[in-house]
Amino acid sequence: MDSVVKVKNLTKKYGEKEAVRGISFEIKPGEIFGLIGPNGAGKTTSLRIISTLLTITSGSINVMGFDLEEKPEEVRKILSYLPEDAGAYKNLTGIRYLEFIANFFEANKKRSMIDRGIEIADLKERINDRVDTYSKGMQRRLLVGRALMTEPKLAILDEPTSGLDVINAQEIRNIIKNTTKEGTTVLLSSHNMLEVEYLCDRIALIDDGLIVERGKPKDLLLKYKAKNVEEVFSKVVK
Amino acid sequence: MSALTNIIGKEIRELLTPATFLPIIVMAIIFGSMGNTIGGIDEELEEAPIIALINNDNGEFSDIAESVFENNSEIIYNSTNIENKDIAIEKLKENDGVALIVIKEDFSEQISKGNISQMDVYWIMNGAGILDSISSSVVQNLIDYVNTNISKKLISSNESVNATNILNPTVKNETTYFKGKELIGLSPSEISSVLSSQSTFIPVIIMIIIIMAGQMVISSMALEKENKTLETLLTLPVRRTSIVAGKIIASAIIGLILALIYMIGLGYYMQSFQFGSEQVLSTFDLTLGGTDLLLIGASIFVTLIAALAFCMLLGTMAKNFKSAQTLTFPVVMLALIPMFITMFKDFDTLPFALKAVLFGIPFSHPMMAPRALIFDDYLMVISGIIYVAIFAVILIVIIVWVFKTDRLLTGSSNINKEKIMKKFFYKRPPRI
Repeated sequence: MDSVVKVKNLTKKYGEKEAVRGISFEIKPGEIFGLIGPNGAGKTTSLRIISTLLTITSGSINVMGFDLEEKPEEVRKILSYLPEDAGAYKNLTGIRYLEFIANFFEANKKRSMIDRGIEIADLKERINDRVDTYSKGMQRRLLVGRALMTEPKLAILDEPTSGLDVINAQEIRNIIKNTTKEGTTVLLSSHNMLEVEYLCDRIALIDDGLIVERGKPKDLLLKYKAKNVEEVFSKVVK
Repeated sequence: MSALTNIIGKEIRELLTPATFLPIIVMAIIFGSMGNTIGGIDEELEEAPIIALINNDNGEFSDIAESVFENNSEIIYNSTNIENKDIAIEKLKENDGVALIVIKEDFSEQISKGNISQMDVYWIMNGAGILDSISSSVVQNLIDYVNTNISKKLISSNESVNATNILNPTVKNETTYFKGKELIGLSPSEISSVLSSQSTFIPVIIMIIIIMAGQMVISSMALEKENKTLETLLTLPVRRTSIVAGKIIASAIIGLILALIYMIGLGYYMQSFQFGSEQVLSTFDLTLGGTDLLLIGASIFVTLIAALAFCMLLGTMAKNFKSAQTLTFPVVMLALIPMFITMFKDFDTLPFALKAVLFGIPFSHPMMAPRALIFDDYLMVISGIIYVAIFAVILIVIIVWVFKTDRLLTGSSNINKEKIMKKFFYKRPPRI
């Protein structure tokens, strides 16, 4: 398979407002692909559409050979989505939450999924405490564990290190980087340009619902004679 | 602007929402309507009741009775022949009459002898609600007035009758015709009293189940949104129908458990007011059999599912837990309205428009089912179950559709008409 995700001329309208205006991109197996852009550019909308949460106004999306509109159930089996402001069920313990999620997948993989989730979340003995006693960072670690424990073919991560301190964020970035070695393809969005530079194999800069530039971070730095992706972005948008 | 007025202004702006005022306005309208209804009771009490009279006695005491009835009621059938009883009853049924009063031929003679005389009263009962028994109460008062007038006559004429008989010179032999049954020895008020367990206990329980379980399902949807867990749930490999069914079934189970606890307490409370009513019900074959109980169970079950589906649909509109509290209001109203109507009036005695409203509210059916089944009205109960089941299925289909649109997350369904038209009307060219 040459591409895990194929997005063609994707548009999304909320009433009269066009949030995404005909974007196209492909993500190759094992790649970390970043959608970068300012607030309201259409990043989260695009991620929500690929995650089967929102409907497509026009265009098409194909995930691992499945047409998103025709086979959303099949797509949900192979993807994992981590929303930017996601939460977990507050009345459950961390481990019970991971068990709850694992119950939706094949029974014979349940134990290994939970173990992997515990390992990624790395909450030590606090994994047995209720979620409502967790700090924001602990909850985010649990959610990253939840998103990656199923070893999805496609992980869609919206601001994966949002709310984490420097140490925790670094650990999560390493986990994301390593997960691609185990066969997961990652589509992520982030405001943190350092994170993008460190993690992404390729990026697409999105502004006002359009992809305005794309490529490998290093190639873009050379092309725009910039010191970092942030500078590239400023130059492209101007 | 001072700090205080600044804060007051901000608080008022936050509180001054339709959600704050709508429930109070609707409650005010309902109380207003109830006030009008109670005003209507006064008018009905003042109206002359329609009766039939067979006076087979031509003594002075039956004349007293007849004059009381002539002056205070509308006599649509008057006869002196006891053989005409059936004709009189038919006339009453045709004219919404209340009672046939039969004065026997020895009525005056027995009183004159110092005995208690008898009057046969055949009641035509149309409903067992609180408001349905007004006209029979008026006739009951007239019969008491006959007694009082005869007592006065006996006292003024210095008859040598014992004091007890002077105070109560007549007794009634009562028979009530209600929903095709002839209930000998029972008055409408006694029947209303023994049926009150159904007219108060069951509607209250149904209302509690609906409100409690409904609040749970609405809150559950609202919490999924507020805690930001809904998006994750919707991207898991689980069918939308399973999510909808899971939420409805879980709320139904908890709602039933809560209702059971409530029912035990309320049951003990109601028992203290119904001493001997069970015996009366069984004597006159006014009890529920096994099939009846099954039908009531089915009616409660489909209603609960319909109520929860309705709440789930409302829950999809909730933005957060606070807005969910406001959204429970229509559910509370739809549970309260049939509860009050079934307490005050029988379905059969309602005006057509109100009948249609009551039948249309799915929560009414289990409230009306027990009484309907006691009087063998299976058509009403079975048609109600079918209607509510269809209502529930339609709602569930709508909810599953909502789950498949953007409405859950964005508040707007963003229906792509062009795409729908293309899906249904565009035919792909045949493959070569």
